[in-house]
Amino acid sequence: MTVIEMHDLKKDFTVRVRAGRFRRRKRTVAAVDGIDLTVDRGEMVGYIGPNGAGKSTTLKMLTGILTPSAGTVRVCGLTPVPQRTRLARRIGVVFGQRSQLWWDLPLHESFTLLRHIYRVPAADHAARLARCRSLLDLDDFLDTPVRQLSLGQRMRGEITAALLHGPDVLFLDEPTIGLDVVSKQAVRGFLAELGQGGDVTLMLTTHDLADIERLCRRLVVIDHGHVVHDGTIEALHARYGSRRRLVADLDAPLPASFTLAGASLVASEADGHRVSFTLESTTAAEAVAALMASASVRDLSLVEPDIEDVVARLYASPGDTS
Amino acid sequence: MDRLDAREGVVTFGALARSGFRRWSTYRQATIAGAFTNVVFGFLRCYVILAVAAATAGGLAAGYDAEQLATYVWVGQGLITVVGMWGWTELADRIRTGEVAADLLRPVPPVVSYLAADLGRFGHAMLTRFVPPMVVGAIFFPLYVPHRAGTIPLFLVSVVLGTLVSFAGRFLVNATAYWLHDARGPIGLWTLASGVLAGLYFPLRLLPDWAAVLLYAALPFAGMLQIPADVLTERDGPALQAGLVAVQAVWAAGLLFACARVQKRAESKLVVQGG
Repeated sequence: MTVIEMHDLKKDFTVRVRAGRFRRRKRTVAAVDGIDLTVDRGEMVGYIGPNGAGKSTTLKMLTGILTPSAGTVRVCGLTPVPQRTRLARRIGVVFGQRSQLWWDLPLHESFTLLRHIYRVPAADHAARLARCRSLLDLDDFLDTPVRQLSLGQRMRGEITAALLHGPDVLFLDEPTIGLDVVSKQAVRGFLAELGQGGDVTLMLTTHDLADIERLCRRLVVIDHGHVVHDGTIEALHARYGSRRRLVADLDAPLPASFTLAGASLVASEADGHRVSFTLESTTAAEAVAALMASASVRDLSLVEPDIEDVVARLYASPGDTS
Repeated sequence: MDRLDAREGVVTFGALARSGFRRWSTYRQATIAGAFTNVVFGFLRCYVILAVAAATAGGLAAGYDAEQLATYVWVGQGLITVVGMWGWTELADRIRTGEVAADLLRPVPPVVSYLAADLGRFGHAMLTRFVPPMVVGAIFFPLYVPHRAGTIPLFLVSVVLGTLVSFAGRFLVNATAYWLHDARGPIGLWTLASGVLAGLYFPLRLLPDWAAVLLYAALPFAGMLQIPADVLTERDGPALQAGLVAVQAVWAAGLLFACARVQKRAESKLVVQGG
């Protein structure tokens, strides 16, 4: 079942630029420029792109707080802007850089207030809160005013707040920004568990690609308002020719004439005592065996392709919408 | 179904109002300092206005006797925070920083949720900011005791209406941030205008009749302080006393309607700031 549908979605902003001492000229900037995307129920989608690519603008249009300039958008069968209030009961939103909690109130009072705002039956509220309390370790700071929470604690509170009304879709806008390693792991672990249930559709924007690797099968990359990739992370690696690397520490440098079938030498460091090969048309086992047969190897490691490198290359080639 | 919706609506409104009360009750030192300041300025204003009354023929200034004037001053000192005339920039700040997105993502219209929270604030201020100045005023000055049975209930209605007028005015001024991005200018103007035109610094009836009529009827400010004070001090006969409260009600309804319209217009062309 399709939960999110965008068809030729556009958002233009008009900016005024100086064109003389008193004159201002209007210029139209396309923040989102014709996005077509559908997301099915239970999917976990990573929605990434460089700063200014149009991620947050898309999210605002999906949640009904920004009117599209053109195109259509439907979330849970509703049109977000005119049906914003109805949609609000069906979606949860977490902004990493904004808070939906009440600054002055203890966390548990924010949760109680949200129960009344969303008109959630007491039993449902209690069950959802109990689950979040145990999975996100909220008990230590439930009575603490939100203003006194650490960023990691607050973010766990924000995620709980977004889920207490049982939304069908959860939008997360940079939920791990600024978090320490432990808090990041807690948040990712919780979201992974949430996604496994298959009931909640999750759309995640982030600059931390480890979030995506951990959580999302599907990756949508946008740049300059266009979708430049929509598929799995593996498909992205395949498309950009990402290869695994074999790194070896040697007792003596390799002879200049040495070649490894199906692999190519990409780096030679420490006077030739450390070499790196990318594996092109051979398996790791074959390459290791061939290297061991012709050189004295002290240590070996196999390095997986780095998603950050691939995405950096994608960001650096604007206009590639193939 | 409609009745159920209405009942749930009341429960939601009540919960939001309680949260407003709770939020303000967390700042105890600020509450005590504020009440103390109100009392100090109460003495200052009371002595000045009583000196003015003493210098006038028959001790009447603008139709108020000394007891009524002292009551007008102390009620005014108590009501400044109750109606919440000054200092509310929450909505403008949230618009400027983009935090307003969280308000828009909830299934309650922002005007309703802010109004509910403001009525919670009103309840807290009635207990902590209205009572202390009135008690101190009553200890140190002879205050006016109403003679008519309906005056106290009418005064309470008038204070609630004054709070609604003040809330709606503040909401509109804050909402200019949707278009201006920074509402400090309009908020500054509001602060300047509301003190003078609400009758905080001097009773509006000290002005020529035409000006007083204009300020009572054609502008909303008198509804925040001057009219509640006039109602409690029984400055006018029962008919005019009720008529003034009716003027407040008209202003409150009109301004709240304007808030809803402005909010709707802002939402249709809204750009929530920040990524």
